[in-house]
Amino acid sequence: MSVLAAQTGAVGNPALNIGIFLVFVAITLVFVYRASRTNKTATDYYAAGRSFTGPQNGVAIAGDYLSAASFLGIAGAIAVAGYDGFLYSVGFLVAWLVALLLVAELLRNTGKFTMGDVLSFRMRQRPVRAAAATSTLVVSFFYLFAQMAGAGALITLLLEIPNTNILGQGLVIALVGVLMIFYVLVGGMKGTTWVQIIKAVLLLTGAAVMTVWVLGMFGFNLSALLGQAVEANPESVANLGTANEVTKQLGEKLLAPGLQYGSTPIAKIDFISLSLALVLGTAGLPHILMRFYTVPNAKEARRSVVWAIWLIGIFYLFSLVLGYGSAALVPGGATTILNAPGGTNSAAPLLAYELGGVVLLGLISAVAFATILAVVAGLTIAASASFAHDLYANVIKRGDASPDAEVRVARICAVVVGFFAIIAGIVARNQNIAFLVALAFAVAAAANLPTILYSLYWKRFNTTGALWSIYGGLGSCVVLIIFSPAVSGKPTSMIKGADFDIFPLANPGIVAIPLSFLLGVLGTYVGRREVPAEGKYAEMEVRSLTGAGSEKAVVH
Amino acid sequence: MSTTGERSTGTIYEQVQASPEFADLRSKLRRFIFPMSAAFLAWYLLYVLLASYAPGFMAIKVAGNINVGLIIGLLQFVTTFLITTLYVRYANRVLDPAAERLRDRIEGSSS
Repeated sequence: MSVLAAQTGAVGNPALNIGIFLVFVAITLVFVYRASRTNKTATDYYAAGRSFTGPQNGVAIAGDYLSAASFLGIAGAIAVAGYDGFLYSVGFLVAWLVALLLVAELLRNTGKFTMGDVLSFRMRQRPVRAAAATSTLVVSFFYLFAQMAGAGALITLLLEIPNTNILGQGLVIALVGVLMIFYVLVGGMKGTTWVQIIKAVLLLTGAAVMTVWVLGMFGFNLSALLGQAVEANPESVANLGTANEVTKQLGEKLLAPGLQYGSTPIAKIDFISLSLALVLGTAGLPHILMRFYTVPNAKEARRSVVWAIWLIGIFYLFSLVLGYGSAALVPGGATTILNAPGGTNSAAPLLAYELGGVVLLGLISAVAFATILAVVAGLTIAASASFAHDLYANVIKRGDASPDAEVRVARICAVVVGFFAIIAGIVARNQNIAFLVALAFAVAAAANLPTILYSLYWKRFNTTGALWSIYGGLGSCVVLIIFSPAVSGKPTSMIKGADFDIFPLANPGIVAIPLSFLLGVLGTYVGRREVPAEGKYAEMEVRSLTGAGSEKAVVH
Repeated sequence: MSTTGERSTGTIYEQVQASPEFADLRSKLRRFIFPMSAAFLAWYLLYVLLASYAPGFMAIKVAGNINVGLIIGLLQFVTTFLITTLYVRYANRVLDPAAERLRDRIEGSSS
């Protein structure tokens, strides 16, 4: 262990890592400052004046979606679990077809700022908006928590501040958090979008360079790269601290499914459950949905998704090469990666160091911090918009709040969320809460997607159906996860030493998603037919398909 | 066929919703997106099931170290890109012109 720690702890040059990150911060601050000059109305603050083009928004979506979990996590998963890491990434990509075909354009045509706008369009406003805001906040907080928990490990790896140094790590997390709040308050959605765009360009460029580099070392022969990964990793040894070593046979197994998922019948079902949540959850993530309002019309929303699909798809293809590349080229392979600070998240940074030394590592490190910064900013704006627009303006003030007051509430809320993110980042540093990302997708798939689809495509759907579906999906996910092995009963659980894992799966999707679809139907037939809703449905359907009466771009 | 100036019962949205042109647009949209969604979800589910229950099949080598699993996985990327392209073409060619005509009718009548 000490040899490995010395070996990996000395990777890179912290001053250079910070330096490159500061250059990124300086560049983004210029854009945020420029954005602040046109950040006047509610439409500016929430939706960037609807002035981004499809391609710009597509790059920003890729920036938002390729969070630390998918950028560092997938390459790392491939490095230590081979094919199963790749399998995981496929779900994240295919999911975008749901957004493209079923959700993006109709949502853009119907709504204004939030998911709640669409869900409540033809329903009783207050209860449905309250439900939409609740699930938005829950999804965003789970996602936020997972992002911030990853920050501690990154700091250990890249800045050489050990995990035991609470003050040092806390200070770095607080600085990143304060910077994020500043971006959101000053730049609003426009500033945040530019941060996403710059980050996505850096990330894609860095990954492309490394991919070509790795492939070049193997004569652009993928098969040779795979062969080297197999040869270099006959087994992996994970050190779990107290002289507790777990040895896994790798070798040829790296190339086929089964290393990570599917060792037992329960694990197979658990993986299918995870896949369902991934593929159906993306189109229900509030911070992604909100991005469709930053373009002038549905056609641009479609172009954004097309750009996002190409960029995200190409990025996951890069990840395949980078993952196997780390296994093949990092000295010690999967074992080194597993035992480095940050665990699997360290695969891409270690590979960068192996290829391009401290400079490339510095660049990748800066991108990793920029990723946390950008994704958390996007989540903060989505959560604060839903609170201010759905809860404050439409539930508490019953639609009577002035736009200025609403934006003021959104800004206050952004500060609160940012403060919460900092605390979460410090408290959750050593927690094993990787399951929270999967859980955020499960809640998005169970609580949000059924209601979105029913309200867009099913005339008979009503308020009762919407409420049953949202609260049923949300409640079943949360209850099932509490009684799952992710929380208790296993050595890898969040709460150790307790044992109340009655539900055998760590992923609730396979139960919660069908249940929520079913509850939507049941609630609709139990609830009363709403007479005024007939006219609203005509308006919603015609608007959603033709774009007539949709929110227009702001001209400055 | 209904003309733009016609004022029957209901709002302009209800009139348009009841028009044959709108019914046509709706059925053209749904005829594409629903079967396509079912198809890609089934194809993805098949992939996940094969990976879970037929790892031996996925591990069969085809060329060098490239096995069936990797090929099917990469085909998921290919079909995703393909469906995206097909949809954009269909939307540009079939959906957008029809939607634009209806939008002009509605926004022309309200001003």
